[in-house]
Amino acid sequence: MRRHIRWSLYVFLAPVLLWLLLLIVIPHIDLMVMSLKAENDVGDLVWSLDNYRTFFEEKIYWLTFVRTAVYAILTTFLTFLITFPIAFYITKVVKLKYSGFLTILLLVPFWVSEMVRIYGWMILLRESGVFNQFLLWLGVIDHPVEMLYNDVSMVMGLVYTTMLFMVVPLISSLEGLDDGLIEAAYDLGASKWVIFTRIVIPYIMPGIVSGSIVVFMLTLGNYLTPNLMGGKNSLWFTEQIYNQFIASFNWNQGAAFGFLLLMLSSLIIWIGLRLSGQNLSKALT
Amino acid sequence: MTPDLEVRDLVRDFGSFRAVDHVSFEVEQGSFFSILGPSGCGKTTLLRMIAGFLEPTQGDILIRGESVLGVPPNQRPVNLIFQHLSLFPMMDVKENIAFGLKRRKLPQPEIDRRVTEILDSVGLPGYGDKKIRQLSGGQKQRIAIARALVLEPSILLLDEPLGALDLKLREQMKIELKKLQQEVGTTFVYITHDQSEALVMSDKVAVMNRGHFEQIDTPKNLYKHPKTAFVASFIGENNAFDARVVGTDPLEVELDNGLRFRTRARGELGQGASCRLFLRPESIVIEPPEDMTLNRFRLKVKNVLFDGANTKLLGHLQLENGDLADEIQVALPQDHRFDYIQSGDTVSVGVVEEACLCFLSGEG
Repeated sequence: MRRHIRWSLYVFLAPVLLWLLLLIVIPHIDLMVMSLKAENDVGDLVWSLDNYRTFFEEKIYWLTFVRTAVYAILTTFLTFLITFPIAFYITKVVKLKYSGFLTILLLVPFWVSEMVRIYGWMILLRESGVFNQFLLWLGVIDHPVEMLYNDVSMVMGLVYTTMLFMVVPLISSLEGLDDGLIEAAYDLGASKWVIFTRIVIPYIMPGIVSGSIVVFMLTLGNYLTPNLMGGKNSLWFTEQIYNQFIASFNWNQGAAFGFLLLMLSSLIIWIGLRLSGQNLSKALT
Repeated sequence: MTPDLEVRDLVRDFGSFRAVDHVSFEVEQGSFFSILGPSGCGKTTLLRMIAGFLEPTQGDILIRGESVLGVPPNQRPVNLIFQHLSLFPMMDVKENIAFGLKRRKLPQPEIDRRVTEILDSVGLPGYGDKKIRQLSGGQKQRIAIARALVLEPSILLLDEPLGALDLKLREQMKIELKKLQQEVGTTFVYITHDQSEALVMSDKVAVMNRGHFEQIDTPKNLYKHPKTAFVASFIGENNAFDARVVGTDPLEVELDNGLRFRTRARGELGQGASCRLFLRPESIVIEPPEDMTLNRFRLKVKNVLFDGANTKLLGHLQLENGDLADEIQVALPQDHRFDYIQSGDTVSVGVVEEACLCFLSGEG
């Protein structure tokens, strides 16, 4: 019987293990090996840390790296600030029969691909776009303003594309929050601010953390939105990786950058978990 | 002495539905006051208005003589024990109890002292560092009460706090709550649909039905002298029959099947009025002595419902011609005198005039 169970376990695990091994582990090992090799003076590939050294020596690379990290954290934070009131409204304020409908309304835009949604924003924001036409018509401005291709529009685009991944875990953890807890705190003399900081936030912390991890990872690894909505100066680290692989055809350098990005995201998530007193398994279940 | 709580002509509407309908009452200082009613009678709405979570449509609420209308719950001198207790799961016992004290900005040593004191008085000394999930149902109960009592409220409101407990624990907590209330001397306003909780613990009970109070009285009086048919049927067990008045002096009623009872009435009952007759199972005497003046009838026993100290006979009234009529329950005395009675037996039973209660039909 035991033997039987063990076999069936392997059978069901096999696809997952294969998937992990073939698509994640092996390519990453290959990338790591690649990142640790560089051409020597005669053009042969030898073991070397040159790719990593280049990253620290060239200012543009690590500046882009830090910028990407800071903006990804900012995006995560802004996404939380924007989605929390929405999630709270849907779960605690509105009548139960409407909350399902409102959740679906939130989901609908995400049936369309990210690319199309970003082009939608571009139609709204570009120089000859809807906003500019409207402001001209109102007379607020006398000549069109370029609203695209800057950090603000890029961050806005990133927040928009990742919102759903924050709002869903927030809604599900807020649904678990018994209204009685809020009322009990109110009854015991707490102000609204105290209820928010001492009861609501601690209670939904696992939801906040899991939402933040997903949003942060997606933002950090996003290529499309920074590329389309960011300006010449809004370089994202994924674009540096792309440039190495495709433009410079320096796969070894690109692999090193890829690894640096992986380490960065792991480090920031680890710090985030420590600061919020959560752990990964708790946040993701 | 000003009553701790005074409710004047309170009304609360939800759309066209009137949940609380002109309710007035007073609760004396240090007493245990219960509001008893079936679910949906408006008792939770009433309690939430006192706690401040709902504003009344009409009427006034006074706590120690001062109107609290418009005062939000976090500033009212009352605290509420919620049905599901609502202890904060992310805090330990100590932090839960200190929550309200911290909101009052008391110095930390003072908070620690009062938390320790209240833990002692609810019988859980040394439990401060436990997590909420480590507590049993009864312990959670006591922590919820401690969390409210530590704020020394004028009134403690309790919203069916024993509802979620199992029967054994409920029986035990009932007695503990009463003892605790007597020790701390805080005024308790307790709502429940369980008549036994209300009767055992309370100094006074208000019976609520469809948004209004049927009767406010001591548990004993509610049981012995119910003022309405609803109270008579809701408090304690009762055999109820539809009847018609056939004589007014002395009052005599006749059941549909022709059996006649001499009875007592609440309010005026005229000749021929249709009414409802109540006989408590425990007021019916089995094999009564010949010389007692009683409403006598014969009972054909169908079943002996054994329930320890609460054993009853279930049978049918037997008419003169031997036909069986309405079903009736009769309590069996505890002295084993009637242990020989078995199903199928016919026994003579009787009930004194004073124990038969009659109310005009259509009174709830």
